[in-house]
Amino acid sequence: MELLQRFAAGDLEAFEALFRQHQKEVYAWVVRIVRDSGIAEDLTVETFWRIYRFRARFDPAGNFRAWARRIATNVALDHLRHARRETELSDDYPSPTGGDPALRSELRSQIKQAFLELPAKYRIVATLALIEDEPYNDIAEAAGISPALVKIRVFRAVRILRKKLNSLGVEASAT
Amino acid sequence: MSNQENEKQLQALLKQTLAPVKNTELQRDLWPQMLRRLDAQPLRVPWFDWALAALTAAALLFFPGTIPALFYHL
Repeated sequence: MELLQRFAAGDLEAFEALFRQHQKEVYAWVVRIVRDSGIAEDLTVETFWRIYRFRARFDPAGNFRAWARRIATNVALDHLRHARRETELSDDYPSPTGGDPALRSELRSQIKQAFLELPAKYRIVATLALIEDEPYNDIAEAAGISPALVKIRVFRAVRILRKKLNSLGVEASAT
Repeated sequence: MSNQENEKQLQALLKQTLAPVKNTELQRDLWPQMLRRLDAQPLRVPWFDWALAALTAAALLFFPGTIPALFYHL
């Protein structure tokens, strides 16, 4: 029997094989969203836990990689929703050192704060599209929405960010 | 300013504040953690099993005559 069929039938060895094949890729996707290696490891395990729990819903003829990425995106989104008000952005991936020196640390913290306050569904697409330069189509596939909706969410995220920054007296032209 | 220019300008500002994640390499195998997670799940009885048990108990209580038939089928 094929690996995916065995997995869908509940074979733990098949699940382990799939876990080992895909854990790096799932982690790499999640860490770009949550920007914290420890949290990304936990969310990778949570992703595979959901994959195992919902194995009966997986069509063995389907694309496991895409299915896993969609679940990972939902897990990351749930994390952003619940952790939004409790945690600051991690220092795992600090600001680039080669950035504009004129961008003062106070300004950086204001931008970070404004970004952190974005609703989770906008923050996830803004992170992937604006910071990670991920193509809209890939974001759409991972989030289970249309590329047009990704574009709309990026537009709304930009509008919210600009409004927040303007209210703080920050102009984007400050760069 | 057009929406596209607006977006580009804010994107530049964001990228100066939040660097794209460069190190996306997983540093360790997560399978042992996964196994702990699988083992930690308590045994959960589905709700319909509880409903079936309740129905059976009620049937035996209200229709004691079915008890010999139940034993016969066990």
